[in-house]
Order: sequence, then C-alpha cells, then structure tokens
Amino acid sequence: MTPDKSPSADPAQEKPSHSPTQAASADPSAPGPTTSRRGFLKAGGALSMSSLMGTAALMTQSDDAAAATEWAEHFQKNYRLMTDAEKAEARTRLERRYSSEYGKKVTVDTTGPQPGVLMGYALNIRKCIGCRRCVHACVEENNQSRGTRPGEKIEWIQVLRMERGEFAKDKMNQGYPEGLGIQVGGNAYTPAGQVLEGQYRYEPEAVPEKDATYMPIACMQCEKPPCVKVCPVRTTYREADGPVVIDYNWCIGCRMCMGACPYWARRINLTTPVLPKEEMNPVTHYLGNRPRMRGVVEKCHWCLQRSRQGRYPACVEVCPVGARKFGNLLDPESEVSKILERKNVFRLKAELNTFPKFFYFYD
Amino acid sequence: MQQLISFATDYSRYVLKGGTKFYTWMGSLGVLMLGMLYVFYLQNTEGLIVTGMTSQIHDGLYFANLVFLVGVAAGAVTIVFPAYAYHHEGMHKVAVLGEMLAITAVIMVMMFVFAHMGRPDRLWHMIPPWGIYSFSSMLGWDVMVLNGYLILNFVCGFYYLWCKYTGNPINNKWFLPLVYVAIVWALSIHTVTAFLISTMPSRPMWFHSMMPIRFITTAFAAGPALIILIFLIIRKNTKFWVDDSAIKLLTTIVTWCLGIAIFLTLSEVVVELYARTEHANGLYYLMFGLHGLTRLVPWFWSAVALMVGAFILFLMPSFRNDFKKLVIPCVMAFTGIWIEKGMGLIVPGFIPSPIGEVTEYYPSFVEVLLSLGIWAFGFFILTILLKGAIGILLGEIKYGGQAAAAK
Ligand code: SF4
Ligand code: SF4
Repeated sequence: MTPDKSPSADPAQEKPSHSPTQAASADPSAPGPTTSRRGFLKAGGALSMSSLMGTAALMTQSDDAAAATEWAEHFQKNYRLMTDAEKAEARTRLERRYSSEYGKKVTVDTTGPQPGVLMGYALNIRKCIGCRRCVHACVEENNQSRGTRPGEKIEWIQVLRMERGEFAKDKMNQGYPEGLGIQVGGNAYTPAGQVLEGQYRYEPEAVPEKDATYMPIACMQCEKPPCVKVCPVRTTYREADGPVVIDYNWCIGCRMCMGACPYWARRINLTTPVLPKEEMNPVTHYLGNRPRMRGVVEKCHWCLQRSRQGRYPACVEVCPVGARKFGNLLDPESEVSKILERKNVFRLKAELNTFPKFFYFYD
Repeated sequence: MQQLISFATDYSRYVLKGGTKFYTWMGSLGVLMLGMLYVFYLQNTEGLIVTGMTSQIHDGLYFANLVFLVGVAAGAVTIVFPAYAYHHEGMHKVAVLGEMLAITAVIMVMMFVFAHMGRPDRLWHMIPPWGIYSFSSMLGWDVMVLNGYLILNFVCGFYYLWCKYTGNPINNKWFLPLVYVAIVWALSIHTVTAFLISTMPSRPMWFHSMMPIRFITTAFAAGPALIILIFLIIRKNTKFWVDDSAIKLLTTIVTWCLGIAIFLTLSEVVVELYARTEHANGLYYLMFGLHGLTRLVPWFWSAVALMVGAFILFLMPSFRNDFKKLVIPCVMAFTGIWIEKGMGLIVPGFIPSPIGEVTEYYPSFVEVLLSLGIWAFGFFILTILLKGAIGILLGEIKYGGQAAAAK
C-alpha cells in the first residue's frame, strides 16, 4: 500500500523499517544520521543516570537541560539557512529535550525533500461520508493541542457539513417585496455553503447523514502560496517536494499568513499546546509534527514524518471509504496522476491563482 | 559635547517643573502604564489566549489601533507640508510640534506591534544580519518605513530644536531636503499600511484599491483633528501662542479630508451592496449583522453618525470659527475615524472567514487595558516632547541662559 514511486529515504541513510500500516507511535527509535544518534545516546545516558537519583533530581536535571536547550533554540538560525552540522545539532538538542519532557524516546527526523518527487493529493468528494476520522487521526498523528478551553483545541482538517435541499416548496412565496421593496427569489434567502462557528465539529450519531454533503478541507499546499509571500521572516516556505512548511522556531506569530490564506488552513497556538505525555506521538519531523510552542502558527504538512519515509499521511491511511489519495505528481503511474488524467477534477477558489496541489474529483 | 549634556539637563529640568495639574496628569497616565506592564507580562506568560482573538479572528484591537495610529503619524504632515511648501507663517512656527506628534505616534505603533505579535521575543528575526528581511512581505516594508519615518522626524525635529537652543543658524542645505523627504515618506507609511491589508484576495472586504486613498484621507482628518485639540490645550495652558491662521488652515484640511472620506465610504457601500455578492458579507455584517450576530452594528452606525455629524458641524461657520465650539467636531471626527478605521475595518475583514464561518470577536479586559496603557504611554511621551519643545520655542530653555541665571 505504499504510494507509487514513493518518496524514498536517502540511500546513504539507514532505511527505516516500518511498514505503512504500522501505527505511528509504534517505532519511536527510527534511526537518523549517526552523528546525531551518538549525541542522542549520550543524552539518554545522562537521563538514565539522573533517573537513578530519584524523580526530584530528574526534574531539576531536566529543568536545567530544558533551560539550556531553550536558550540555544532561541538563537538558532532559520532552518533553511542552517548547515547540515547545525541541523544535526538542533535535532539532537530537540530530541533530548522532548524525550525528557514527554518521558519517552522522541525522534526528530530531518529528512529533506527527495529528488523527482512532487507530492499531490486528491479527494473523492463523492465518497466522503463525513465521519471525521481523518480529523481525529490527524490530531493524534500530528500532536495537535487537545485542550478544552476555547482556543486550546486545534484541528487542521475541517469537514464542512452542508445542508442538501436548498430549494423548498414552502419558500416559493418568500421574497416578494420586502425590506427595500425589491423582488428576490424565495429560495435565495438561505445562504449556500455558510457555516456558523464550529459547525464543522458536528458529532452525528450515524454517517452519512441523509440531508448533508461533506467538503473536507485542509492546507492545499499551494504551488503559489499567498501565505509564503506575506511572511516577513520567511518562516514558512515551500519545500522542493511540494509541501509548504513552517519553522516553528523562527515564526514570530504575526499571523499575516493566516490573513492571506484563502482556505483558512492555519491555526495560531494561543497558548502552550495541551499535549498529554501518553498521547504524544514520538515519531516527529522538524518541519512537521514535533511539539509546537506558544504563539506560533501551524498547519497541515502532509505528514512529512511519514510521507518522506514512503508512507501515506495519516488521513489517507485512516479514511474508511478510500476517498483520499496521495502520491507523486511527477510519476505518471502514481494514483494521483492517474486521477488527474482520467477523472473530473477541480480545485477550490481557482480564481485566486494559488494553484493548490490538493485536488477534488468525482466519478 | 558639553552643549549636548546641557541640552539634555536643561530639557529635563524644564520638563520636570510643573504644577499640581501637570503631576496629576502624568501620575494618572503612569497608573495606566503600570496596568499595561502587568497585562503585557500576563500575555507573554499565558499567551494570546488572554485576549479575545481566535484562529478565526486573529487580528483585533491591537491591530486596529496600530492601523489608526499610523494614520495619526502620517497626519502630522498636514502641518509640516504647508509650513515648508507654502511657507505658511503660522504653521512654520509650530511645525516642530507636528514632528513631535509623529514621533510619539510611531512609538505607539511599535508598541502595538509588540502587543500584537505572538512571539515578541523573536522580533529580531526581522532584522538583518541576525534575522531575515523579506522584500515580498508588506509587514516587513511597514516596519521599515515606520522606522525610517521615526528617524526622519527625530532628526528634523530635534535638529530644529537644537538650533533654536544653541542659537546656531539652521543649515538649510540638508535640513530642507530632509524635510521634503519626510513629507513624501509620511504618505508612504500609510500607503504601505493600507497595502498590508488590501493585498489579501482571501479577505474580500479589504481587497480593493480604494484602501490607500481612503486611509490617507481619514488619516488627514484624524491626525489634524487631534493636533487642533492639542493646539487649543497649548494655547490655554502655556504662554505659547499658536496662531489662529494655523488652526484655521488645519480646520479646512480636516473638513475636506473628512468629506472625501465619507464620499469614498459611500461609494464602497454602493458598489458592495448593490449586487450584494458573497464578497459583500463582511460589510453587510458590519452594517446590519450576519446570521443574527450583530456586535459591530452599533459601532458602525455610531462611527457614521460621528463622522457625518462632525462634517456638518465643520461646515457651519459658527463652529468653525469659534475655537471653543471647535473642540466638539474635532473630538467627534477623531473618535468616529478611530471606530471606523479600527474595529470597524479590521474585525469584519475576518467575518465571515474564508470558509464561510461566522464568528464574533470581543476584546478581552487584557486587550482593553493594554491598549489604554499604550495610549497613556503615548500621551506621556507626547507631553514631555511638547513641553520641552515649547520651552525651547519660547526661549525659556536656552544654551547658557539658565546656567547664567543659576549663578
Ligand atoms: S492553503 Fe493556505 S496555508 Fe496552505 S499553502 Fe495555501 S495559502 Fe498557504
Ligand atoms: S505568523 Fe509566523 S509563519 Fe505566519 S507570517 Fe508571521 S512569522 Fe510567518
């Protein structure tokens, strides 16, 4: 079930052994470059030493480590401008801090884009039943904030639920001169496709509901992303293999990108994300699902920690009706390429010239 | 060097001298500033969750004030321009006061920028060589032109005061060109601020090219309205006399800029609401409410009433020429524009959101207190700058003057 001509790992690097169907958190020790692994082992050693000295000691120790790490993180460069050595250093630093913070071995992948890969996504709008499993899988896979206070709950995917049956007989006589006295159609009063706050967080008893259609959306990984253009510090950028990513350590939280995104794909961490230790997914990518901090923006990145290792994004894997397809657009044999060739395909808000790499289709 | 030290000491000594009225004023501002420090601390430990902002409506009161104050800063040019380009006598005398106002407004804008950022501790990321400067980002340009404007006004204003203080003649060879650059620059700061929001096709309410000109006209109404008020206060409380001709000219500028602003707003309303496409939802929300949510409706109509009312009052000679009554339309225009250009423009830009979600925003107590504190801080510096400048213009602070008196 691997995506056709999947973005495979660098041959120079040890190939991770997980299969696509394996749960994300099952293999926390995905190997990385040897340099950082040595650093990691050292950190692990220090950690077990201190754990011998009791929990209190561990706490102080981890506090110091956290403080020192934060200090170093604060002055690190923009990820794109880092040399390989600096990247490895940042990686070790983060792995050490996250491991002590969450009490398990956390890996931070830094695999870069592979040549010849341009990721693409296609969604069969006809098949979606509105079960929202993709939403929950995404939250779990990508370490989103689970809080209950307003603003603490973050979901990258929304499945917009839309009423069917715009036109009804009982509305026929509405719309005769009213208000300003201009005649309008009786059925024109119900706005199409509008949602009230949080209406995409519906909890139906059974899906699909009879009188609803569904429209899942998330970051479209635009080829011409307006969010990238407006970022004053070039925190967010398009990777060579397609996804638009964010360097969480460099974002100043100005929220310009959120204003510019026509798909409402971005979320701001209003406060430190609520991420319970036991629910934290320890397989992370630097530009992907590693734990975020307060005051930065985040969004979907097509599960870089998975897709760069030749696996499907979590939402693709979990979709019970197979509405979601993912693969390499540059490979004519891939599933998405075939869909683009054969199906009826459209993109959202095409008039804005953002050229999404997220395609909707129906058959 | 010695002159510089004595300038600083004379200046601060003069500013510190004051009656109970002065100290009560500064003291109450100080209390508000303490409140600001507390909530700013709170916001930077808890995060933006203490504000009313959400992922849907992520720019609120801070951004609204920021946009408005850039206008006030630009509005100072309505004094400098007639003074230097038209050699208006009354204006020339007070031009430096306008520059002081510009300095203050830009400092307040910077403070609102700090309040707005999710990670103000990382603002250095914008400053090369440590950070990255992005030429494609309007926010980057905005910060750059604002800082430039601050420097220009600081240099022009204080060089002028310095010359008055030491009695040296002004070196017009570089001073005048700098003043002209500052005049053009004033336009640029507000234009860039307008571009900051009008270059987002995802927000139809802002996405039109009328934004920059509307910004300039409202700025040239709100800025001078505030300046008139300040001048009237100065005339009442100090020995410094601002000429009638200066106030009259400013009144004319306010009136016609306000008139044009109302006209532009009206055009926008007609264009948007005639066809009433989906793109008009933001404006519709502002004017009448959407989906039963109506929080901003009273704001909008009060802004309309204030602006139109002020315009009518400005047209009436009995108000225009009576400096006691002039206060009323000035206050009305200033508040009206603050509402219209602040909350009335920024917030409905996010309602409905790009996916059609309709939600509302209310500033939290933290946001209100922080904004009040920044305004208080603004008035605090403005008082200091204006008092010192007036002292120099009056000749009460003079090089060697006080030293001689002390002996
Ligand atoms: S969908 Fe939004 S966040 Fe994603 S790339 Fe496009 S503009 Fe950026
Ligand atoms: S919020 Fe962060 S990613 Fe978005 S524009 Fe600002 S700095 Fe860039």
